[in-house]
Amino acid sequence: MAKSAPPAREGLDKRGLTDEQLRAIFRNMLLQRALDNRGFQLNRQGKVPFALGSEGHEALQAGAAMAFSRGNDILAPYYRDLGLALGIGLSPYEILLSIFARAADHNGGRQFPNHYSSKRAGVMSFSSILAAHIPHAVGAAYAMKLRGEKNRAVLVTCGDGTTSEGEWHESMNFAAIHKLPVVMLVENNEWAISTPLDKQMGQPEIWKRAAGYGMPGVRFNGFDPIETYAVVKNALDRAHRGEGPSLIEGVCYRFLAHSTDDNDLTYRTKEEVTEHRKDDPVPGFERILTGAGVMTVADVEAMKKDVLRETNEATDHAAAMPYPVASDLYTHVYEGAYQPWL
Amino acid sequence: MKTDSSVWNREGLSDEQLVTLLRTMLLHRLLEARGFQLNRQGKIPFASAGEGHEAVQAGAALAFTRGKDIFFPYYRDVGLNLGIGLSPYEVMLSLFGRAADHSGGRQFPHHYASRALGIATISSIIAAQLSHAVGAAYAMQLRGERDRAVLTTFGDGCTSEGEWHESLNFAAVHRLPVVFLCENNQWAISTPLQHQMAQPDIWRRAEGYGIPGRSVDGFDPIACYAAVREAFDRARSGGGPTLVEAKCYRYLAHTTDDDDRTYRSREEVAAARQHDPVPNFEQLLIDRGLLSAASATALKAAILNEINEATDRAEAMPYPAAEELYARVTADAHEPWRSSSPPHSI
Amino acid sequence: MAVSTQEQTTTMNNVEAVRHTLYEAMKNDDRTVILGEDVGARGNVFLITKDFIEEFGAQRVIDTPIAEASIVGIAIGMAMEGLRPIAEIQFADFIYPAFNQIVGEAAKTRYRSNGEYTCPMVIRTPYGGGVRGALSHSISIEALFYHVPGLKIVAPAFPADIKGLLNAAIDDPDPVLFLEHKKTYRLIKGEVPTGHYTIPLGKANVVRPGTQLTVVSYGLYVHWALDAANALANEGYDVEVIDLRSIRPMDKTTILTSVEKTRKLLIIHEDNKFGGIGAEISAMVAEEALFSLDAPIRRHCAPDVPAMGYAEPLEHEYMSSPTKMADAMRELVRF
Repeated sequence: MAKSAPPAREGLDKRGLTDEQLRAIFRNMLLQRALDNRGFQLNRQGKVPFALGSEGHEALQAGAAMAFSRGNDILAPYYRDLGLALGIGLSPYEILLSIFARAADHNGGRQFPNHYSSKRAGVMSFSSILAAHIPHAVGAAYAMKLRGEKNRAVLVTCGDGTTSEGEWHESMNFAAIHKLPVVMLVENNEWAISTPLDKQMGQPEIWKRAAGYGMPGVRFNGFDPIETYAVVKNALDRAHRGEGPSLIEGVCYRFLAHSTDDNDLTYRTKEEVTEHRKDDPVPGFERILTGAGVMTVADVEAMKKDVLRETNEATDHAAAMPYPVASDLYTHVYEGAYQPWL
Repeated sequence: MKTDSSVWNREGLSDEQLVTLLRTMLLHRLLEARGFQLNRQGKIPFASAGEGHEAVQAGAALAFTRGKDIFFPYYRDVGLNLGIGLSPYEVMLSLFGRAADHSGGRQFPHHYASRALGIATISSIIAAQLSHAVGAAYAMQLRGERDRAVLTTFGDGCTSEGEWHESLNFAAVHRLPVVFLCENNQWAISTPLQHQMAQPDIWRRAEGYGIPGRSVDGFDPIACYAAVREAFDRARSGGGPTLVEAKCYRYLAHTTDDDDRTYRSREEVAAARQHDPVPNFEQLLIDRGLLSAASATALKAAILNEINEATDRAEAMPYPAAEELYARVTADAHEPWRSSSPPHSI
Repeated sequence: MAVSTQEQTTTMNNVEAVRHTLYEAMKNDDRTVILGEDVGARGNVFLITKDFIEEFGAQRVIDTPIAEASIVGIAIGMAMEGLRPIAEIQFADFIYPAFNQIVGEAAKTRYRSNGEYTCPMVIRTPYGGGVRGALSHSISIEALFYHVPGLKIVAPAFPADIKGLLNAAIDDPDPVLFLEHKKTYRLIKGEVPTGHYTIPLGKANVVRPGTQLTVVSYGLYVHWALDAANALANEGYDVEVIDLRSIRPMDKTTILTSVEKTRKLLIIHEDNKFGGIGAEISAMVAEEALFSLDAPIRRHCAPDVPAMGYAEPLEHEYMSSPTKMADAMRELVRF
């Protein structure tokens, strides 16, 4: 299945989602885009040294987040999961604290931007090392299973490039052997920095690897938030029921460069990007919701205004917060005071 | 292996090649029995064996082109190494850890390497050789060496390592001339297949990499030859890598340091013994008239004689000298601290 | 050691001490899980966890696939999610594929999350040579890890220390690399208190008091250093031997107190010298107690080669011995 903007139509198949949930998905998508833009803006203004956007992943992440059971499930994300973080309960203010590296950030301003973690929201801490978090997700799922916690699962995400890592393979294999409650969601945006899919793997359909591990594999249109929701929900439900892991592959596209430090026109053409922009899921979903009567044009305009207001407020609020102090460098090395010599 | 079929698929092998297969299998079995004997006699500290792997290794070795192909083995590949030209004497030098051994007595037994024969040096670390094999295949492809390929082997447990995955993926991306041969003997020390993976057909992973995968009866040396030969042909004709899974069995404990009675039943091993490929293949060649019972007995006597000679000769060879410990760390004389001449003006 | 003198003891070798401590940990806390290659049905290649799988079940005694990076990585996830995993790397030589998970992940989880997530876990592994293990079953790995803040490293030599320190490692809120010298497994026996106790990480032990020379070592070489020191006593030399027990954190007080008394320091380890543990100890003593020294600090370590070979003479040349140690001690005492 290729990605494409789903056609706007009457009689929209909502896959069990209420209109309110559909609007929440759309708001998340708008918020992602607004926050991504804000990060890039702040970088160009010299206010933050780095930003990284998820443009093109909005539908996939908003849909997946809607399937996540807050307070029960755990998310083990990677660094391009703004929409998932927002969708499961992080606030724009928390996102901006991370971008500004302020003391009040969950990580105390230690981590690179977009490396969110929050015990409250159920987001595991992770590094920038690709695939390193996937065994952690599998270990967390093992803990849930060992304790007999039904109705809990781990949603773990990664990009297409990460599937080449050995730890990706080791984790899939272990999860399958123990039928662990874990959902491996691959956000296939076709680019790993400058490396296209055909340099990343010998055949382009990642979901096909599932059979080799003995777990179900599904491919879906990651530009369609409703389909994404349905696939992720189904996989999480399976995990909650004790039926084991799934490998699900959402096909999307990375509209922006890898990060503010990257220039994608050194390795791909403007035409390619423009071609994919035609299927941009954010205006695409707007057309669907207005076409299906879930929202009016006025509703959409009001929502966009509100998202911008929230983004502005979060920016001002976070920017005004203090940096960590120099002595914070020395804390949380171990529990208690840290000395290599005793 | 079925010996009762009236239609015999020899896969184009000559009588001589078929007898060579049997000879390699017998040599493999008897040589390893000697290793265990020497260990029990206290003459060597360690031995391990590939009993149950004779057919797959003899078959694969016959598909290997000496002088062209390169082999990245793992530590249970005595038969393959013998089949592609290593001598029983060289095997014994490794077991005894003698100076004349290819590694100068440095490596653990069965970690053979011979540049002349195209056998690469390996460590004991599971899966570490696979990326090396892929790199060697990349070199062949880069230089446009059409008629060459790399064979690399590994057990079922190895397929769980991250490096296994990374190697297959890279070989698939670049369509490299590599044959990945899995000798699936059902046991990784004490871990049975069902604790190693959720579904038991390793060859089925090939599709996920976009390469052909096939399964073969690892007790049938002719079928193994054909499967590996086909994979070699594909590799040499630019068709890229193949994953071949030969299903066999590990009859003995992992090594002389292991006791397999702690984790598997005698009944299981006895049931697998019913299909022992060595007597079965010997019987097949006798049934098909390639060998008389008397010539089979003579063949075994000759092999035993060769092993006795190799044992005596290797045992009589000297150990490496203590100062060999310091040799060949780096290309130059190795010192972590350098004493440079005092600075002076030009 | 917090042990009352009335307490019952049992004679154990080092392998039995590890086994006994793991068994108690599994029995006393159902959050504890053991995972590694061949730890279940086989009960570990040294039989350390023999019969654990029958008693505690396959869910808590996990035979993993051969995949070291994920053995450590999965243990990290378990620890983050409230279990107390004890991961085993079958031989220390096999730990390299897990390097990132140990150095890049476990050691930094607490730090990078500013304390929100932690990684209370133990990674056990048998290390060391003298067992004809050749290049891949003999290695000392401690120097590769002791550079890393966020990790703790323990390398006990005696059965009673194994129990106290393994208990402390299991209780510790941070990741601990627990190194067991495989040659001491059945060679070294001693009395082990039967009750539960811990020994604090980062506390060295003076295992032989002396006045003329301080010898600092750990692992197998503590035993050989004791043999050497006892032999030298017959020649009238009085050598103090310190068993470090913990490599990170390390016990500065015990080392400096001793050096200030004996005024001479010899560091002995099986790992090679360049960039080894001895380098850090030398630097610390040079920084803190240079003017207490009557002789240069000396290090008696393995030669600077990648590994010991399989052939007996190669291993023999690599390893030290009580005789070689006595020579090094005698030379420094006489300096």
